Amino acid sequence: MSTVAITSPGRPRGSALGHLGWVLRHNPLTALASAGTLLLCLVAIFSPWLTPYDPIASDVQRALQPPSAAHWAGTDQLGRDLLSRIIAATRLDLAIAVSAVGLSFALGAVVGAFCGYVGGRLDRAVGRFVDVLMAFPLFVLAMAMVAALGNRVENIVIATAIINLPFYVRFARAEVNVRRNLGWVEAARAGGESHAAVVLRYLLPNILPAMAVQISLNLGWAILNAAGLSFIGLGVRPPTPEWGILVAEGARFITTGKWWLVAFPGLALMLAVLCFNLMGDGLRDILDPRQRT
Amino acid sequence: MTIPLLRIEDLRVTFSTRNGPVEALRGVSFDLRAGETLGIVGESGSGKSVTAFAATRLLDRAGRIADGRILFRGQDVSRLSDKEMRLLHGAALSMIFQNPRAALNPIRTVGLQLADALRAHAEMSAAAARAKALDLLKAVLIRDPERRLDAYPHELSGGMCQRVMIAIAIACEPALLIADEPTTGLDVTTQKTVMDLLARITAERGMAMILITHDLGLAAQYCGRVAVMEHGRLVEEAEPARLFSAPRHPYTKRLVAASPRLDSTLHDLVAGAAGAPGGAPGGAGVARADAPRPADPAGTPLLLEVRNLVKRYDGAVAVDDVSLAMRRGESLGLVGESGSGKSTMSRLICRLIDASAGDILFDGEAIGAIPARDFHRSRFRRDIQIVFQDPNDSLNPRFSAFDSIAQPVKRLTDLRGAALRARVLESADRSGLPPDLLDRFPHQLSGGQKARIGIARAIAVRPRLLVLDEPTAALDVSVQAVILGLLDRLRRDDDLAFLFVSHDLNVVRMMCDRTIVLQAGRVVEEGPSAALFARPRSAYARELLAAIPHFAPGPPLAAIA
Repeated sequence: MSTVAITSPGRPRGSALGHLGWVLRHNPLTALASAGTLLLCLVAIFSPWLTPYDPIASDVQRALQPPSAAHWAGTDQLGRDLLSRIIAATRLDLAIAVSAVGLSFALGAVVGAFCGYVGGRLDRAVGRFVDVLMAFPLFVLAMAMVAALGNRVENIVIATAIINLPFYVRFARAEVNVRRNLGWVEAARAGGESHAAVVLRYLLPNILPAMAVQISLNLGWAILNAAGLSFIGLGVRPPTPEWGILVAEGARFITTGKWWLVAFPGLALMLAVLCFNLMGDGLRDILDPRQRT
Repeated sequence: MTIPLLRIEDLRVTFSTRNGPVEALRGVSFDLRAGETLGIVGESGSGKSVTAFAATRLLDRAGRIADGRILFRGQDVSRLSDKEMRLLHGAALSMIFQNPRAALNPIRTVGLQLADALRAHAEMSAAAARAKALDLLKAVLIRDPERRLDAYPHELSGGMCQRVMIAIAIACEPALLIADEPTTGLDVTTQKTVMDLLARITAERGMAMILITHDLGLAAQYCGRVAVMEHGRLVEEAEPARLFSAPRHPYTKRLVAASPRLDSTLHDLVAGAAGAPGGAPGGAGVARADAPRPADPAGTPLLLEVRNLVKRYDGAVAVDDVSLAMRRGESLGLVGESGSGKSTMSRLICRLIDASAGDILFDGEAIGAIPARDFHRSRFRRDIQIVFQDPNDSLNPRFSAFDSIAQPVKRLTDLRGAALRARVLESADRSGLPPDLLDRFPHQLSGGQKARIGIARAIAVRPRLLVLDEPTAALDVSVQAVILGLLDRLRRDDDLAFLFVSHDLNVVRMMCDRTIVLQAGRVVEEGPSAALFARPRSAYARELLAAIPHFAPGPPLAAIA
């Protein structure tokens, strides 16, 4: 081809931070979403030290107070400080989402990558299994799994991981499939690499940027899923603070005008999902320098 | 004096990129008269495509005409409104692109796409458009045009797709046709038919043509005037006979010297390319005297013996009963067009894929019996290495140059730590790769540099047989010359055997002692390169040789034979 070489091949490496800065400067929305995500993570990590009140201790004297200087987000029907409960819930919700997505990514990417690389019978078998999984309404499947396995945090994680699995398997399979006949894959084999090494050390790192976008979008979805399960009573049990439970509990009082009980946990949930979703595209730019030149 | 059809005056185009503005064109001026054919040649990045895109206002968003005028029939194209420009496109000037398959809409039939082009500029009934489309397909000499009218692009070969593109481009009888690398990616014989067709149509209809190409031979053969571009400037412009026999500008001289001709030797090429961009250290120094190798002592087994090799893919036969033999240190050329099975052969011999039938013997041992799946564990793995065609996709984007070269050494030898590092540095040095480039990633390197990494990676494990699968097909001629010189020197130094797979017959003639011509998976001719190229016996080999465009001022091919 004779298009003008716009990328200067002479650009030295080691400017990863500079690249990060460039992406964020040119994409304020990504910067905002990343800042929000960072804030969420910090809140999750330091939640025991950030809560102004004990999130579990009830004080019936102060039940159902609207937002005030003492209780920024008001109090619930048992007089617990809502802000403290929301902050405490951040840790649990993020932990569920991250571990569920981490689990399905680790398993799905590896299985999908092997399917895409090997093809043939393995690919067909896994492909059909994934099709079956996808044929269920995923949320109902998660409900059924939690109901069968028991109402515990581990089971929510497992259920969320399983319903996310098909996306990772399919994604990794497709991404590996288009790369498996590229020169550098054949070169790796000519260089004596075993098939497992080609998949794990060559192909997987190359599909990571594309998968990172999927992970980010998926995190938001996993949070919604976990909150959804708790909302219908199939997740974390009260009195443990969790966004879905907070919304579910607050929903009972919405008709009597106690709007803050639903609004604030709902807002936290919405912001978390929004941040993860917006970060997805920005993440691709950061991880793959060739996307933007 | 009449107004030229197209006049470009001091055209400057800049692209805005992250690293600031890049000047793609730095003051290009030329005139094109009606009916004239102008060739624009140059290497990648010289700005030849940008010139065409600017003239047709098809620059992408990042590009901007910074200065200069483009006058089409005396009218400044850069001042036209989008609507006026649309009228001009197709009706007055049209373009043909490099990849015809990508330029055609895959879900519409050829006839409909032709009709679209016709009806965009003239009121016409569907039936009339169809009749006209049929005429156009006849004009571009498509066999069985009635049937092709209802064919989809994927049902046509690359050459036929390009003919359809030409038919679309000439549908509205434009005054100017811009062909941007119209035959790159097509086989030489197809290239010849497509170019002959273009030349005939433009002559018949009095169209002017700008032919943009990296192939000097092509420009020389089909253009009345040739302009050479370098770094966004037009450095020399003349009739091809003068330009190629007596180039004046130093860049033209280098370009002409680096282009393989019917009679050039590797030494001519490398000497000519010295000082070319990408001619980094280690490039020059090809042994001038072709000292013959001492013969192997009697009883030495052949290095490679292939017996009755067959490879079938789902019923289609890619390699059909091919046998060949190679001695140590020999270089064997494997030539043929796309679909001849030459790439399949290279992968079979490299043991990356399994054969359907036949034997492969390396050093007397049947390596064909080891499944390709397990060959990475074989002790022969390091003996057979491969250099791939496209340097861009043969390097792992996530590995630095150092890692790319070091990985096979780690896998296939016992070298570790400082010894490993020393081996990588040595291989890089022998491949002409400066050590400071070793921690760069592929996207930070040029095509020539990537090709060197591919070579360094292959020689780092000290193989005995190197399979070269079109190693220079994606490179500019000056870089190609340097890489060929480098390869030849490596072969002599290491007593390495080369299996050189290529569609470029001139390159094979220079690089190889013996040549095998493949057609549709079968060997059609085999013999010492010099004899085969001077007196081809098979009709197919003769056809291949005759199709190579050349600018040799001397006698044509027939006279050499």
